[in-house]
Amino acid sequence: MEEKSRPNPDELLAKIKKDEQKGKKGKLKIYLGMCAGVGKTFAMLQDASKAKGRGSDVLIGYVETHGRAETEFLLFSLPQLPRRKIYYKGFELEEMDTDTILEKKPKLVVVDELAHTNAPGSRHNKRYLDVLELLDNGIDVYSAINVQHLESLADTVSQITGVIIKETVSDSILDTADEIELVDISPDELLQRLSDGRVYTADKTKDAVENFFRKGNLSALRELSLRLTADRVDKQVRDYMQENRIPGPWKSTQRILIGIGPNPNSADLVRWARRIAYTMEASWIAVNIETSQVLDEKQKRNLNKNLELAKELGAEIITTSDTDIVKGIIRVAKNQNATHIVIGKSQNKSFILKIFKKDIVDRIINESGKIDLYIVSGGDFDSENKKSLQIPKLQSGILKYLLSSLIVLIVAAICYPFSSLLGYQTVALILLFIVCLLPLIFGPGPVMVSAILSPVIWNYFFVPPKFTFMISRTEDILMFFMFLIIAFVTGVLTTKIRQREKAVIHREERAIALYNLAGDLSKAKNLEEVIKESVKNLKRVFNSEVTFLIFDNIKNKLSVSKNTELIHISEKELSVAQWVYTNKKRAGHYTDSLPFAEYIYYPLIGPRGIYGVVGLKLKDEVLFREKETLIDSFIKQTGASVEREMLNQTANKALLLEESEKLYKTLFDSISHELKTPIAAIMGASSYLLHTNTIENSETQNQLIEEINIATIRLNRLVENLLDMARLESGRLIPGFKTCDVNDLFNSILNNFEKESKTHDIHIDIQEDFPFINIDFVLMEQALKNILQNALIYTTLNSKIELQATYDEKYIVIIISDNGNGIPEQNLEHIFDKFYRIDNKISGGTGLGLSIAKGIVEVHKGTINAVNKKSGGLKFIIKIPRELKNN
Amino acid sequence: MSDTENILVIDDEIQIRRLLKISLENSGYKIYEAENAKKGLQEIVNCRPSIILLDLGLPDEDGLILLKKIRDFSEIPIIILSVRNSEDDIITALDSGADDYITKPFNTGELLARIRTSLRHSKPEQKEPLFTNGNITVDFSTREVKKKGQIVKLTSTEFSLLALFVRNSGKVLTHNYFLKEIWGRPFSDETQYLRVYVAQIRKKLEDNPARPKMFITESGVGYRMIIID
Repeated sequence: MEEKSRPNPDELLAKIKKDEQKGKKGKLKIYLGMCAGVGKTFAMLQDASKAKGRGSDVLIGYVETHGRAETEFLLFSLPQLPRRKIYYKGFELEEMDTDTILEKKPKLVVVDELAHTNAPGSRHNKRYLDVLELLDNGIDVYSAINVQHLESLADTVSQITGVIIKETVSDSILDTADEIELVDISPDELLQRLSDGRVYTADKTKDAVENFFRKGNLSALRELSLRLTADRVDKQVRDYMQENRIPGPWKSTQRILIGIGPNPNSADLVRWARRIAYTMEASWIAVNIETSQVLDEKQKRNLNKNLELAKELGAEIITTSDTDIVKGIIRVAKNQNATHIVIGKSQNKSFILKIFKKDIVDRIINESGKIDLYIVSGGDFDSENKKSLQIPKLQSGILKYLLSSLIVLIVAAICYPFSSLLGYQTVALILLFIVCLLPLIFGPGPVMVSAILSPVIWNYFFVPPKFTFMISRTEDILMFFMFLIIAFVTGVLTTKIRQREKAVIHREERAIALYNLAGDLSKAKNLEEVIKESVKNLKRVFNSEVTFLIFDNIKNKLSVSKNTELIHISEKELSVAQWVYTNKKRAGHYTDSLPFAEYIYYPLIGPRGIYGVVGLKLKDEVLFREKETLIDSFIKQTGASVEREMLNQTANKALLLEESEKLYKTLFDSISHELKTPIAAIMGASSYLLHTNTIENSETQNQLIEEINIATIRLNRLVENLLDMARLESGRLIPGFKTCDVNDLFNSILNNFEKESKTHDIHIDIQEDFPFINIDFVLMEQALKNILQNALIYTTLNSKIELQATYDEKYIVIIISDNGNGIPEQNLEHIFDKFYRIDNKISGGTGLGLSIAKGIVEVHKGTINAVNKKSGGLKFIIKIPRELKNN
Repeated sequence: MSDTENILVIDDEIQIRRLLKISLENSGYKIYEAENAKKGLQEIVNCRPSIILLDLGLPDEDGLILLKKIRDFSEIPIIILSVRNSEDDIITALDSGADDYITKPFNTGELLARIRTSLRHSKPEQKEPLFTNGNITVDFSTREVKKKGQIVKLTSTEFSLLALFVRNSGKVLTHNYFLKEIWGRPFSDETQYLRVYVAQIRKKLEDNPARPKMFITESGVGYRMIIID
């Protein structure tokens, strides 16, 4: 049996996710042509018309007819959106009006010239970003592009045609496209069209033919575009096979690694690597190894550009530091399980390094082990850079050179009077020593100059014959050369050490910054603190203004957090932040999207979703990759902390919910028991009374009826308790304070306990001349009834119960006490809790009575306490202020 | 008595009506029923009841409004059936012309007592100069009050208060009623005067002023003089 190769589950999952996402996005169809004039726009408009004929809602976003009649003719039938006018440096420019398209939300939009760069002031820097946004919003797009505008082919096309391509688009746009149509035409036919004037107007045609539209060029371009499309088709077939789980020969996961530096040649390598990766279906990594070498502004910019390019083309970017480029590349390659390394031939051709080290390429060949190598020659673009040496750039000013030379001279001058004492060899050592110390203060340039100067001075002033450059003794000649070499080498080495030191410090600073941030964030106890700490760190490290916007789930919009400084944010800035939140991509200053903003905005994303937006106003002119990466790390950390706090809040809410559910359950169980018992009594007694026609013993009859009566009283009490509890809890209890007589109060209560007053010994004791009290009579009555009820339940028959009332200047004190068993000390403070029952076996209470009593007393702004009497029994003490602050 | 008194029960709860019918008819009354205000008004015309038991929580109209409507054309005694914690409604009803009230769930015996009291007061009684209740006697012609045969001295306000109680013996009287009748100041909050005087009366006339049996407080509503025996 043939061995069936199984589809890789990870790939399948990725596929499914991609399809899911595709469902929400608009569909992109790209019309690809080898050059201008093949008829892309025409084909696009034709298809658009057909779509309109079928009933779709079609809109022309941007179409350039270049004055071609046939194209213009097609335009008439399709609704065109007026272009947006932008005024820039005195010119009136026209761009596609993306905002209006998003508003109108047509089914299909036609956008020509995908590689176009937008005028400053537009939403995005490049038109393809506009198209991506349209797709994100579910709008289908037809667009057109020439093969020369594809990033990976740009240099090839330049080589073919000799024309430098300025506007390019990443190849990944083709990956995004759902359909690619190649508009193909033979070179002869195109030239015919050109001479017919159907491509350009007459005056332009002649130039075009002579420069760009040479037959050789056209054939080559055609081949490029055909091959590209063929590659795509092949991939589509493979995608299709995968989608339909058709088993096929799957390649093992390949990974390509390419080293990137500030060399502009790296750009060609990057494009090359991308093409290979695409063909091999491999993922690829771009690595930047930071060594002790410090880069100047131009180099930094180039490095930035190269890294950006690699990222745009789909590489994973890794930046790491190492003492040596080769070691670094090999290390990363091994860590990332790279199967191939791509390295440029013309890289690092420093003749100085060649003396001390082997060529980088050679070393990599030696040390790459099992990893395959691609050694690629870069393009010959920047001849200027090709000649650059690895000599550290001259950074120091003229002053420093003079100063360092001066020091050497001074030292020499000091030694001179003592030369006979010291001997000229010692002087050499002294001067050497000084040269070794110089790198502590000066840069490499002055050090080198001094390194050369000192042996020369030594020669002239100290070595016999003095005051000449001649050296008489042979050993002195050797000494001279050794001096020179040692001075030079020491200078170089110490310079290198210093530079490395600087680099380490720099890197350490970054690590410390992140460490501090992480520490501060972990200490934060809530969302506000997280934001405060983050703002503090961002400000300190990047010296920027910070604004924090959190998405408010209740108000359903982004709002500026109170803890940032910039509370008031302009509408324009807010809209940029809103865009960032919706699209989950960074935008604003320094970026390609909405670059007119003052701030740069980052989406605040945690592992589980997006929570807000952070805006930074930096003082830099250009944002370098290195700083960007650090900012990115900061924001990611913050995002994780924000998420942590949000989850905390959710967890707390869940906990509260759980608690209240528990309470509900207790209530439910308690009530259901308390209800069922008296109802059972009533049902039992009444059903029996009904059942037996004759009850001979009227005493039995009376007893049964008595039971029914008792049960109903108990039920009534329970209902009253529940209603009281509900009123107290609802907070809508408005007490009606009236002047009342405490006698009335006590009497009223006792009237309710007629029966019990026979079985228990109840006393009233009211202090003489008791003043009227300002209470809500009915409420207070209920409170005291509950307490008395409690006392009656938990004491034995014939026990003594006392109701006392006393007063002083400020308070009224009511005491209800019994001589029963009291309550264990540890339970005393809990008896006022809801549903608290000391002994669940004694029925007759819900556990609510005392809680209600407490609530009522507190409504009167009073206090209630329970204490055990020394003589045995429980005492309830209620204190109510006589003077109630009104309302 | 040969002619049975008619009682009209206006209550939307069928169980309450049933229960009242059974117990009240057993006590010798004839019961008529109405389940809402509209029917209630009709039945008043139809059966000409001697007393109306009116539930405040009717479906089609507020009991208080119906009460006022009835009072527009009739002085028939009305006892309000209410629920607990609606003291304000009870006071309003009493002040609007209801004679008495009882809260659900009620003690049927007590209801019967109040029905009897209200019926008694509805009949034009000859003004007896002498009034007796328990240990006390009041002679209106001489303005003499005796407790256990001994004369008790009352101030004129106390006497007026006592007179009000006697005139409405057995019925509940709101604070407002007292304030209006004695001090001419209805709807004021100055109930402390009233309390002081009631306390005085209790002190002078009750066997145990601390546990009054005759002049009792109706929580949140007012006072009532109970007929003893």
